[in-house]
Formats: sequence, structure tokens, C-alpha cells
Amino acid sequence: MYTWIWRHLPGGVAVKALQALVIFCLVAALLMFVIFPWIEPHLPINRVTVNGG
Amino acid sequence: MTETGTLVHDAPDPPPPPQRSTGDVVRMILRGFGQTLITAGVVVLLFLVYEVYVTNWFADRAQAKVHSALEKEWANGDDPLLPLPGGGVTQLPAGEGIANLYIPRLGRDFAWTIVQGGSYGVSQEELNKGPVHYAGTALPGQRGNFGVAGHRVGHGEPFLNLDKLRPGDAVIVETAKDWYVYTVLGNPQTGDLSATSPPVDVPGREIVSPGDGDVLRPWPDHVTPSNYQPVFRLMTMTTCTPKFSATSRMIVHAQLTPGETFAKPKDDSPMPSQVKALYNEVSS
Repeated sequence: MYTWIWRHLPGGVAVKALQALVIFCLVAALLMFVIFPWIEPHLPINRVTVNGG
Repeated sequence: MTETGTLVHDAPDPPPPPQRSTGDVVRMILRGFGQTLITAGVVVLLFLVYEVYVTNWFADRAQAKVHSALEKEWANGDDPLLPLPGGGVTQLPAGEGIANLYIPRLGRDFAWTIVQGGSYGVSQEELNKGPVHYAGTALPGQRGNFGVAGHRVGHGEPFLNLDKLRPGDAVIVETAKDWYVYTVLGNPQTGDLSATSPPVDVPGREIVSPGDGDVLRPWPDHVTPSNYQPVFRLMTMTTCTPKFSATSRMIVHAQLTPGETFAKPKDDSPMPSQVKALYNEVSS
């Protein structure tokens, strides 16, 4: 997959690396601000109330 | 075209050869498997960063909002805890600040606005703003049990160091009208948090299972008749333990210190000197 992406990015190594970094940041932001907040309440961590509070 | 030379292996591949050797297929599968594992590892790492840092930024902003809203209300002479005219039952606004919490043992910068919980149970949304008052439990200073839940890790982590509290430690609650000083139960002489002594007969700290709602009873851990009139003025804080886990709950009980309730001359008066002095009493 990563090879495929790398091959399809235009430009030279530096430009490709920059684009790869941008893509990584976008994916990370998507995880941080959308996916993790959505998924977190369903995970069995950080339950702090008693009696099902 | 300028891209030549060093990039030969990155150049677009010619159409794949008609037949792939078994080795090629195995290599491709292994590579895909390896990349998936690396990706999963990176996602888990990012989730840790989210849990430990990012949620704290969100929580700090949310907490600052409820705090300033409460300060504003107080400055206007309003009190969310005030009973309705005519003695009606107050429907506290879920998700809004009702009181401030200070614990000298946890440092001078430990100051949180307690958020009101919903009547159907404390929600994650409320917990992500700060410590949450269990709806239906007593209000600050009242007879009964003032129950507060708070995150242990992430989301502002108000109760990260709840395990550092010792018997006799002060827990300060500020409402629009009063300053209430609670004392963590247990035996201050021996430092034994699990010690109980009559008449209250409630330990300073206990570890219970998540389903154990008895710790929030008006008289914690005691079976009382349905028409029980609370006698003691208690406070109970709950958080998860061990950290990053949902296995158990850490419970800290405190009792209102006799003679240590200070009425505010004005709704937005600063901390009185008697309460400030509690910060100097914290022994290391």
C-alpha cells in the first residue's frame, strides 16, 4: 500500500516526502479529532463512575 | 522531465509480468502483513498521545468555559444550587458548573469547577468537562453524601492523584454562598485510610467493583431504611483504578469538618484566610 502511494505521488523525493508527511498529518488529525473521540466511549478504559453512573 | 537517475526503482512499473513466481506472492503477502502491523502500531501510539495529551487540551477548554460561566453567574448574584422559590425541587442544569473544588494536598493549582451530572447518570460528555456531581446525591454542605466522579487519566485528569490523599487531608468545596471544608476519613494518627471509627464508620478510601453503588448512599456502605434521614455530612469522590483501567473504582470518603464552613460576604468573595491556611498545613 505504502509503495503504491509513494509511486503515485508526483514530483521528486523531497516533494514526495513532503506530501507523504502532509498525508500522515491529515490522517493523524482525522484520528485525533474524529475517530478517537467517537470510538473512545465504547472502549473499556477510563470508566470512573460506580453503579453504571 | 527532470526525474531521472537515482529514482529508477521508484519509476512507474511496467505492466506486471504475465506470471508471478511463488516467491513474489509470498513476499507480497508478507510485506502487506508487515505494513498492516506497523500501521496498527502507529495508530495505537497515536491513540496514547490522544488519550494522554489531546483529551487534556479539550478538557482544559471545556473546563475553562464552565468555570467562567459559573464565576459570571456568581458575580451576578445567581446560584445554581439555590432552591426554587416556593420550595420546589431544584432541577440542576446538567453539564453546567455548580461549585469549585480545591484539594491542598494536590497542590495550589488544583482547582476544578464541579459539573452537574444528568439525572439519568453521569455521562462521558459531562466528565470531559471536569469532575461531575452525581445527580440525586447531596449538595455541598448538606446532610447526606455529596458524590463526585472524575477522570483519572486524560480528559483533564482531575483525580489522577486521588490516591495521594491521606486521612485528615482537607477537601474544599466553594459554592456561591459558602466555603465548605471536608476532611478525608481514616485514621490521621496511623495514616490508615481504611480505618473506620464510629459514629461515621466509613473508611477514608476503599477500592470497590464498578457496580458497587453503595459507596454513594447517603450513609456510604450502610443499609438504611427508605425513609432514612441522613445524619452525617459526607462527600465521596470516585475514579477508576488502576490507571488506564476499568477494573475497579477508587473511592475516597470525606466528612464535613465541624466549624469549618465559612459564609461568603459576597457571592464572588475570595478564599478566606482560614481556608487559605489549610494549604500551609499540608505536610509532606
